[in-house]
Amino acid sequence: MHDENDPSRLTEDEKKLFEDLMPEDLDEILDSGVNRRHFLKLVTLAGGGMLAAQSAVAEQLLTKPLSSSPTELSSATIENGVTVSLKVNGTTQKLVVDSRMTLLDTLRERLELTGSKKGCDHGQCGACTVLVNGQRVLSCLTLAASCEGKRVQTVEGLAQGTTLHPMQAAFLKHDGFQCGFCTPGQLCSAVALIEEAKNGHASYVTEAIRKQPAPVQLSNEEIRERMSGNICRCGAYPNIVAAIQEVHSGKPVEQTFNFSA
Amino acid sequence: MRPFTYTRAKDPTAAVNQLSGNPNAKFLAGGTNLLDLMKEDVERPNELVDISELGLRDIKAIANGPQKGGISIGGLGKNTDAANHALIRQHYPLLAQAILAGASGQIRNMATNGGNLLQRTRCPYFYEVSMPCNKREPGTGCGALEGINRTHAIFGWTEKCVAVYPSDMAIALAALDAVVSVRNASGQERTIPFADFHRLPGDKPEQDTNLAHGELITAIELPKNNFAATSYYLKVRDRASYAFALVSVAAALEIVDNKIVQARIAMGGVAHKPWRALKAEQLLVGKEATDANFKLAADAEMAGAKPLDHNRFKVELGNRSIVLALQMAMNGGKA
Repeated sequence: MHDENDPSRLTEDEKKLFEDLMPEDLDEILDSGVNRRHFLKLVTLAGGGMLAAQSAVAEQLLTKPLSSSPTELSSATIENGVTVSLKVNGTTQKLVVDSRMTLLDTLRERLELTGSKKGCDHGQCGACTVLVNGQRVLSCLTLAASCEGKRVQTVEGLAQGTTLHPMQAAFLKHDGFQCGFCTPGQLCSAVALIEEAKNGHASYVTEAIRKQPAPVQLSNEEIRERMSGNICRCGAYPNIVAAIQEVHSGKPVEQTFNFSA
Repeated sequence: MRPFTYTRAKDPTAAVNQLSGNPNAKFLAGGTNLLDLMKEDVERPNELVDISELGLRDIKAIANGPQKGGISIGGLGKNTDAANHALIRQHYPLLAQAILAGASGQIRNMATNGGNLLQRTRCPYFYEVSMPCNKREPGTGCGALEGINRTHAIFGWTEKCVAVYPSDMAIALAALDAVVSVRNASGQERTIPFADFHRLPGDKPEQDTNLAHGELITAIELPKNNFAATSYYLKVRDRASYAFALVSVAAALEIVDNKIVQARIAMGGVAHKPWRALKAEQLLVGKEATDANFKLAADAEMAGAKPLDHNRFKVELGNRSIVLALQMAMNGGKA
């Protein structure tokens, strides 16, 4: 950056970028000597990643601070910045986030892991389900700032190289998706569900709840109840249940459909 | 979401001190309700104090004191862990069932036991900031009173507010006479009997509980009881799972020589707080556990209901739900 000594003035590159983005506001901004820090924050927060891809100037402007140390980024651009270090799909990530940033937005916008989907953004659809420290949670209702030191696994972390996770293979075999939007969340939830059943976790439909926790044999009713936090609007449920049943039982479950030739 | 500062509290004392210094600060634990409300602009804290790493997660038998022989559940423990703990499943299956009736696997993994009690109503007029709501903005009126109030209260409501309280876990805790332990900024601990924890709307519907600002729920204690073999949590809702209750019933009986010596019935989805069906309970004590007596008890309780325009069905639904929950309890919780 060129004008470190006068933070209120925009550089030529920044002016150009601003003109590209919000030409009607440019004069006012130049007259009033907008706070350069505020400008950068605007650009970064209002979808800076997307804009950067569209504008060569923006790319030049933004790649430098983004690729430099997170602390520097914090002081320049982020409101209520919080430094957080977390392990995502096995890789440690240290970054500075706005305190409001959810884990979902961090995964998608900052770490470019776009498998986790933003559906309702209010914890009602399950499309954003990921595993945190091995447990399935909703990343849309999790603040990134609260993930310090935690392990996060997303749908991108399920496969081993080009070998699919058994749950992914079963979803493919049984066509456990139609539009596919909710599938990453369904997969994360399904993988966690198998583990929960193995550990003896009960559900509302589990009988003999007073018995000491022991591995639960999953009926279709149990699977439906346990997957109820994942909503599929196109209704691939029967196939999703079949896929989970196959992985859970370890035995082939008959397909209810055939691919056309 | 509006800007806020975020800090991680290091210990309970630091947490309550931090909160007490700022009337607009909130504790953040599981976040499942608070973040949703912040995204909707219903809650507008300017500071969040993250208490999720403070410990306070243990579930243990109580060895001494007034609750001796009971169980203590950490305020910051996760709902999933409470529902699946061997002690709770064996001795308080009603509580395990109620927790498992609520929300989804993902949410129960996030939500804490203390936070569960502090859930705010899901009344759509409370959630929609363009509508009047005395709970959200005191003095603006109640959109639900003359509005679409199908899911609203039939007991204990006032002209100021007809919203219902959403937690399932708390309905079981009400039936089990739980006690809530809290710590304030001066480091003092106090206990609140469950019946006094949540409030009816009265003239102050904006105040959900009798918890003071800055008080932290450290534990929920359950007294020893003899209900484990004859209890059941019944939840009736618009879809099979992952929906709030239209009506729910936590039913627990203690039977000696074919007679009911203790009865506990609490209802969800019918009032501004967990509704203890005291009339029904009184009617059952000393009687035999027969369907006819269950029906008499249900009739006695529901006779006091005051339905709104769109929720008259809850009176009959509540009546049948009380009877069914008691039958299920007698059947060891099996259908």
